[in-house]
Amino acid sequence: MTTTAHTALRRNLIACHACGQVNRCPAVCADVRCARCHARLHRRIPRSVSRSWALLVAAAMLYLPANLLPIMHVTSLGQTRSDTILSGAEYLLLHGMWPLALIVFVASILVPIVKMVILAYLLISVQRRSVERADDRTRLYRFTEFVGRWSMVDVFVVSVLVALVHLGAVAQIEAGTGALYFAAVVVLTMLAASTFDPRLIWDNVPHQDVQHPAY
Amino acid sequence: MRVRCVRCGCVLHHSGRDPVAAPLALGFTALILFVLSNVFPLLEFGLNGQRDDAYLLAGIRQLYAQPAPILATVVAFTTIIAPLLHIALLIYIYLPLQFGLRPPAFVGALRLVQAILPWSMLEIFLLGVLVAAVKLAEQATIVPGPAAWSLGLLVIVLAASTTQVHPQRLWDRVA
Repeated sequence: MTTTAHTALRRNLIACHACGQVNRCPAVCADVRCARCHARLHRRIPRSVSRSWALLVAAAMLYLPANLLPIMHVTSLGQTRSDTILSGAEYLLLHGMWPLALIVFVASILVPIVKMVILAYLLISVQRRSVERADDRTRLYRFTEFVGRWSMVDVFVVSVLVALVHLGAVAQIEAGTGALYFAAVVVLTMLAASTFDPRLIWDNVPHQDVQHPAY
Repeated sequence: MRVRCVRCGCVLHHSGRDPVAAPLALGFTALILFVLSNVFPLLEFGLNGQRDDAYLLAGIRQLYAQPAPILATVVAFTTIIAPLLHIALLIYIYLPLQFGLRPPAFVGALRLVQAILPWSMLEIFLLGVLVAAVKLAEQATIVPGPAAWSLGLLVIVLAASTTQVHPQRLWDRVA
């Protein structure tokens, strides 16, 4: 069933980003606040595209050192071995822990890169005023928002290992600089995703084309 | 939905979960589990006759000492500060509501809990504990400590609390 969609934007309504209250607002308005919680009202997240791009570019630049530099140094009986993100997953695989290797590989290597590619695609599509498959693009956005936090797992692995193994000369694990870059990538991509306003995807779609599921 | 005696106010019948009491109870449960998770060792580690316990906070302290202060701050924020703030706000919001009062700075508390939620990463930390334990299991003896179990329960209780908390209903109480 196809009906004409009434968007809040066309009706001069603004949903408060903090409490969800729908506020009536004249077409030209600045510095308006929510009637219920007094949060500042915005039709869309202000400067969403450029801020999201900035955070994404920063994350992409840090992605290289995050993967190339060691995330931890393992000293055992005088010998020191350095682990990167990839070699950590490889270690699990070689020792027969393939389910965990898969989790680490997906969470630490696949998810950050897929998330950055998806966000870049969404930003470009919004900037090019694309009208194609807006529903699928919204689903992509929800996916990246949900999955992004799980990349943190490798940072926590380092923190637990560091806490566990500090027997001085016998065995010692230290965090490497790669772990810091990696944590920065995760935090920056999370911020980039939350700065992106998914409603921008729909703003270029002609309203009569919006498909409503029949309830 | 509650049916009370018209004369003495005693609850005669109530159906479904209490929208205030259930989140409050989960908040207190989470607080107890959070304390347990920090007081008891997470993992017990043995290598060549030497034993060591790993506590949740020890990893953060070690990272500060290494020195990796920024990394330590990220871990401290996502595994200690954000979850604790989440639990504290749950109690702060629902305890006064249980007694029919509106908590002071209600709007601020609701906004803070929404802002803090994505940064509370205990469930991911738990997966990290598992991966770390498996990585060391070949060279050393690893036994999960009491905190590992309480942390697992805490993750479940916090997940249950998010199904019981309806932000929109809370916001409706503001107006």
